Amino acid sequence: MKALEAVEKQEEIPPTEHPMDDVLRMDRIPHIWCPGCGIGLAVTAFVNALEKMQVDLDKVCVVSGIGCTGRVAGYIKTDSFHTTHGRALPFATGLKLGNPDLKIVVFSGDGDIVSIGGNHFIHAARRNIDILVICVNNFIYAMTGGQVAPTTPRSAYTTTSPFGNFETPSNIPQLAESAGAVYVARWTSLHMRRLTQSIIEGFQKPGFSMVEVISPCAMYYSRINKLGLGIDMMKFYHDNSVIKHGEPTENLDIGFQSQIIVGKFVDRERPTFSELYKGWKKEVKTVKRES
Amino acid sequence: MKADPKNVFTGSHYIDGDVACAYGAVAAGCKYLAGYPITPSTEAAEAFAVKAPYVGAQFIQMEDELGSIASVLGASWAGKKAMTITSGPGFSLMMETIGLGAATETPFVIINIQRAGPSTGVPTSTGQADMMQAKWGSHGDYEIIALAPESPQESFELTFKAFNLAERYRVPVMVMSDECVGHMAEKVVIPNAQELEVEPRRYFTGSKKDYKPFKRDKDLVPWMARAGAGYKLYLTGLTHGEDGRPIFDVKTFEMKSKSLRGSTNRYLVDKIRHNRDKIIKFEEHQTDDAEVVVVSYGISARVAIKAVKEARESGIKVGTLRLVTVWPFPEKRIEELAHQVKGFVVPEINYGQVVYEVDRCSQGRANVILVPHGGAAVHDSDDILGAIKQAATDHNPYDRILEYTTALEREVFGENMVSKI
Repeated sequence: MKALEAVEKQEEIPPTEHPMDDVLRMDRIPHIWCPGCGIGLAVTAFVNALEKMQVDLDKVCVVSGIGCTGRVAGYIKTDSFHTTHGRALPFATGLKLGNPDLKIVVFSGDGDIVSIGGNHFIHAARRNIDILVICVNNFIYAMTGGQVAPTTPRSAYTTTSPFGNFETPSNIPQLAESAGAVYVARWTSLHMRRLTQSIIEGFQKPGFSMVEVISPCAMYYSRINKLGLGIDMMKFYHDNSVIKHGEPTENLDIGFQSQIIVGKFVDRERPTFSELYKGWKKEVKTVKRES
Repeated sequence: MKADPKNVFTGSHYIDGDVACAYGAVAAGCKYLAGYPITPSTEAAEAFAVKAPYVGAQFIQMEDELGSIASVLGASWAGKKAMTITSGPGFSLMMETIGLGAATETPFVIINIQRAGPSTGVPTSTGQADMMQAKWGSHGDYEIIALAPESPQESFELTFKAFNLAERYRVPVMVMSDECVGHMAEKVVIPNAQELEVEPRRYFTGSKKDYKPFKRDKDLVPWMARAGAGYKLYLTGLTHGEDGRPIFDVKTFEMKSKSLRGSTNRYLVDKIRHNRDKIIKFEEHQTDDAEVVVVSYGISARVAIKAVKEARESGIKVGTLRLVTVWPFPEKRIEELAHQVKGFVVPEINYGQVVYEVDRCSQGRANVILVPHGGAAVHDSDDILGAIKQAATDHNPYDRILEYTTALEREVFGENMVSKI
């Protein structure tokens, strides 16, 4: 924290300290992500959000599935769990129900959340269980070497769509909204301040929140599609992303190198799983007394 | 630690095996059950759901079995004793995360009320064909504990015991019941809470900085911590060292040292193998003078009782060995018996699973006869009797397991059908 204050006061940082020392497992750095990858930026935004909120890190759990983003859990110094592919959300559900005092963040990729874990995503949102999902969407299965994903835009090349993808991709915010999420936002890894703010809002909002982070995969998506380096992808985000808060989520489809609409789309109130459960438990006990 | 009287429904009950499993779990202090409806296991989830609000437990019906088992792992690390309950197809779906449970050494219980398979099979009828899947179902090397109840009374007792074993050895424990035991209603006597010894979770009590989630105690079992208690746990399904950090190079992958750089892989099997004498439980009857021993488990052991009685009456020296823990397998005892007996008879409701273990342990010293059954019903005890007679009279050593031709098979395929595995 000292280092963070030093940064804010624009003082020199002591070389032995890093501003994120308190929140990252520094013994595990260097991380495994490629140069130009956007996952590190999403992690930075998350760490900044945690530091800004001054939350008790003992009560925060980070759960990840499998894939590049699945490795996030290993670098964050909270109770963190690297689970099986697609099962981060049900694991998180068990953690939350097992200990309702915990604040649970599921940090995983588009393949993990929307493809193999799609069913869990729908039902966790339906239950409105108090979890923040940070879904890093890089349009591709990167850990396995660049295969087509349910988020890959049409006509984009991947190793398993070598003549261009012809399938229609998922619209993650629309899926989240229709399943029942109470907070839905999308940013690119360029929008660091706004992303951090959204993570704070989603974290503090009771119920199921989802923040999608569009992120460059410089090694596969961008290389196969000849889109340049990570920095070129960031320039693309800069020129082509449009902030439209409250945009109806059905307009949020992403085409190949098309405009990317970002912003906060859903922020609504629905009774959470915990609230309903508490109320139900009281009712059950009264019924017993009466009978 | 004694069981909490609030959780123990002391008294005589007339309930089926499924419900007895649920009561056993509640008595053991299970506070979380995640399940998905599947015949013939559903009654257990229903019974738990009815009791849950009054014993401070939570039942959640998840969206599928994949979710059920993953949430059970989560609840276990959150500090709750947790279990799931399922049958064949659901058991298959759970396999991957059972592997995660074994790798992260998470204590939890799975109840599998086996039905006839493969695939959808006969959902409403019995089977015992998931026994090898219980041991080997998830990929990679690990050991689990599996128990096989033969009655509703034992369904209660073994589910209770399963939680104790799971906590003691930080391992997934499976209660491999079957449809017949699950749907059989009998008298179940639940004792007073003072008579039930509950194994509390073995939490690490040292300083938070020193905690390593996979650091071994003398008995090779590591200590637990709870999420939210400030230990900054890191758990991964990747091969890891004792601090939980991933390990990738071959040398350390193989290493079985107590240093930080050794992987836990070897311990996943060793902690069960080294403690097997404490874990293994079986029941023997009349084996002292036996020339033939019937090795069986679950409902097949109940069916074999009649055949054994009739064989004894006709002068054949036959005994029984009933497996209570199927995994780990009582290798030593079968090996000892193999020196003494002419043959083993293994009736099971499948085309040969546990019989391979009996054959392996008898090391060719005794003949091994399998009494097979395709499922959807239990054995005809005459078939088991026939196999006992064959084992007692046949003096030729078999070069492999002999598959007994059952009366039904003779009727369908004719007298000459003798197949060998």
